[in-house]
Amino acid sequence: MEFFIISMLNGLSYGLLLFMLSSGLTLIFSMMGVLNFAHASFYMVGAYFGYTIAGWVGFWPALIVAPLLVGACGAMVERLTLRKVHKFGHVPELLVTFGLSYIVLELVQLVWGRTAVEFSPPDVLRGSAFTLINHSVQGLSLLWGAAPAELCSSADAAVRVVCSPFPATRGFMMLVALLMLVSLWLLLTRTRIGLVIQAALTHPEMAESLGHNVPRVFMLVFGAGTGLAGLAGVIGGSTFVTEPAMAATVGSVIFVVVVVGGMGSLSGAFLASVLIGVIQTFAVAFDYSFITLAAQMGWSLSDAVKENSVVKLTLSQVAPILPYLFLVLILIFRPKGLLGTREG
Amino acid sequence: MRTYYKFKPLNLGRWIIWGLFALVMLVAPLIFTSQLSATMLAQMGIAIIACLSYNILLGQGGMLSFGHAVYTGLGSYMAIHALNMVTAGTLHLPVSLVPMVGGLAGMGFAVLLGYVTTRKSGTPFAMITMGVAELVFAMSLMFSEFFGGEAGVSGNRVAGEAFFGITYGPQIQVYYLIAIYTFVCVALMYAFTQTPLGRILNAVRDNPERVEFIGYNTQRVRYLSFIIAGLFAGIAGGLGALNFEIVTAEVVGAGRSGAYLLFTFLGGATFFFGPILGAILMVIAFVLLSEFTKAWLLYLGLVFLFMVIYAPGGFASLLMMNLRVAAFGKLRQLAVSYLGLLTTGLVMLIGAGAMIEMVYHLQLNAAMGDTLQFMGVTLNSKGVDSWVGSALVMLTGLGLFEFTRRHYMHEWGLIQTDIEKEIKRREAA
Repeated sequence: MEFFIISMLNGLSYGLLLFMLSSGLTLIFSMMGVLNFAHASFYMVGAYFGYTIAGWVGFWPALIVAPLLVGACGAMVERLTLRKVHKFGHVPELLVTFGLSYIVLELVQLVWGRTAVEFSPPDVLRGSAFTLINHSVQGLSLLWGAAPAELCSSADAAVRVVCSPFPATRGFMMLVALLMLVSLWLLLTRTRIGLVIQAALTHPEMAESLGHNVPRVFMLVFGAGTGLAGLAGVIGGSTFVTEPAMAATVGSVIFVVVVVGGMGSLSGAFLASVLIGVIQTFAVAFDYSFITLAAQMGWSLSDAVKENSVVKLTLSQVAPILPYLFLVLILIFRPKGLLGTREG
Repeated sequence: MRTYYKFKPLNLGRWIIWGLFALVMLVAPLIFTSQLSATMLAQMGIAIIACLSYNILLGQGGMLSFGHAVYTGLGSYMAIHALNMVTAGTLHLPVSLVPMVGGLAGMGFAVLLGYVTTRKSGTPFAMITMGVAELVFAMSLMFSEFFGGEAGVSGNRVAGEAFFGITYGPQIQVYYLIAIYTFVCVALMYAFTQTPLGRILNAVRDNPERVEFIGYNTQRVRYLSFIIAGLFAGIAGGLGALNFEIVTAEVVGAGRSGAYLLFTFLGGATFFFGPILGAILMVIAFVLLSEFTKAWLLYLGLVFLFMVIYAPGGFASLLMMNLRVAAFGKLRQLAVSYLGLLTTGLVMLIGAGAMIEMVYHLQLNAAMGDTLQFMGVTLNSKGVDSWVGSALVMLTGLGLFEFTRRHYMHEWGLIQTDIEKEIKRREAA
């Protein structure tokens, strides 16, 4: 039970991190029609900016300053490169961001080196948020913070006690993502700027003729989207690892999220992020293969079958490909994505 | 009336170009005889097939694929397994035909995976190809029996019976095999652009809605073209397996797919011969530039970005635009400007390059002292004078370059209007 709860929470927090990235990507895509290939690069830049700024002034200021800086960089990139190729169509725009991902990767390696940097969360977040104690006699109980050692062990050998801590960084990740989700929703639906953005999204010409500077709105949206990626980077970088490969590991997954959720659908992106986060986290935790399944079903397998590499694969080994399998299945059975409205 | 120089039934211009192409491939290894150039030429042939097959998707079909290496890579794997079976004697196939195994494999996988990917076009297509590429790459690490794990699968191309003394032991024999395959594949891919399918593919790229109205299924057109591209990609992969005699998981990786995209675009996706230029550049960049400087990926990214923004047609379009100017006898007017652009551009690049190299030196080779050699000059990566000097050189270059560029753009505009007028005049006459 405690395994299920902790895994579920881990999956949810990873899913919410994915959503922080995919929400920016979706916003940019639905607004400008540009799939920002360099989105994960901005996530990486956010992590590195956070690392440097945290070294100067501490983690909490970095959490605010780094995303702002990343957003400014994003807005500048839009102004200097994307706006120039906007007239050529979508493929050159995609290619610009593709080239940008190469350049950002090289620049990051140039400034911060090719190995991982040590970007650790502040002391407050370093421990565990709460601990689930499964006592075979007293049942399941919850304790805020880390559990003292005497609670997790018992003098009596017949009593089994299992402590499952939930890291505070994960909890913080969920908190920030949910705050971001709510404020984004409020911004888009309840404020004047949000209304202008929505108008520019569906009817750019009309918004323009009403006197709104649509190219500037585009620039702001791009900056905001990359800023969100930067925020995710600060949190993701301090929770996981800050290294030049971090863009590539998360980059392709967020594209899967956007396609599975439905191109340009923010709620679809949310659903898909959480789904993929949970699926991947659970899959990693299970060491089952077809052999285990067969053993539980009471089938006997020959040695040749047991040595077969497909049969031998455990679920945790398959975990990295699950998002892509999911993508292929969605494309076959529901081409417009989970909550998408248009056929691409 | 415009005059066409067509000598029916023979189109002389075309025969001359193709003849020259064959001749260049025939004599190239006799001129460049070193070991390095022999391997480079072989790689160029392979890259030409791969980039051209990629251009069936990008240039002719408007399909931006991020996963072309899946088809070249799986072709490589199938070919190397076939080669090993030939060596073991379980498969009776001449080594010369092993690349065809790769081709069929590439085609087979394109039939299988292309069905999913070509359901969409545009941006969703790009993302799906990327998803499929990640899927295959992740699988390559899971199934080590087929993909050989970290070490890859190696083979020996000196297998089976020698055919007229051709054992494929010496590199030169492999080169000529690759050259023959390259010539045939290039010719076939050119022929494909002239078929009804190739033509309707261009229409699908430009206006899919209209194609649907005249009764074609755009999805099927994309699917069929994707299969053909997969066939040629697989042949390129099979040749690669024969050339290197080892296939590792990186042949299906995202880096390889990205390289095909980058260089096909740099060469020029709008012209048939553009990817050939791109392929040659690719091998030069991978083999020579990466030896020359550690910052080559940065340079590559910057060049790519500038090309996308300022010359979306790639090098081929730059070449063709200047050929047009030359055809109207006005290239000489631009010669001075070109010379100016070249020198000022070089000055600017030298300054920027010196600074980039110094940064790289500080980051990567700090243990080897502060000094480095750059184009015959000793630079001190921690000295103020080196930095100020490089910055001055770059800024001077930049200023002069911008000055000449403005002059050149003005002149270029004038010449283009002249040419337009001339064309109108000829049409009226």
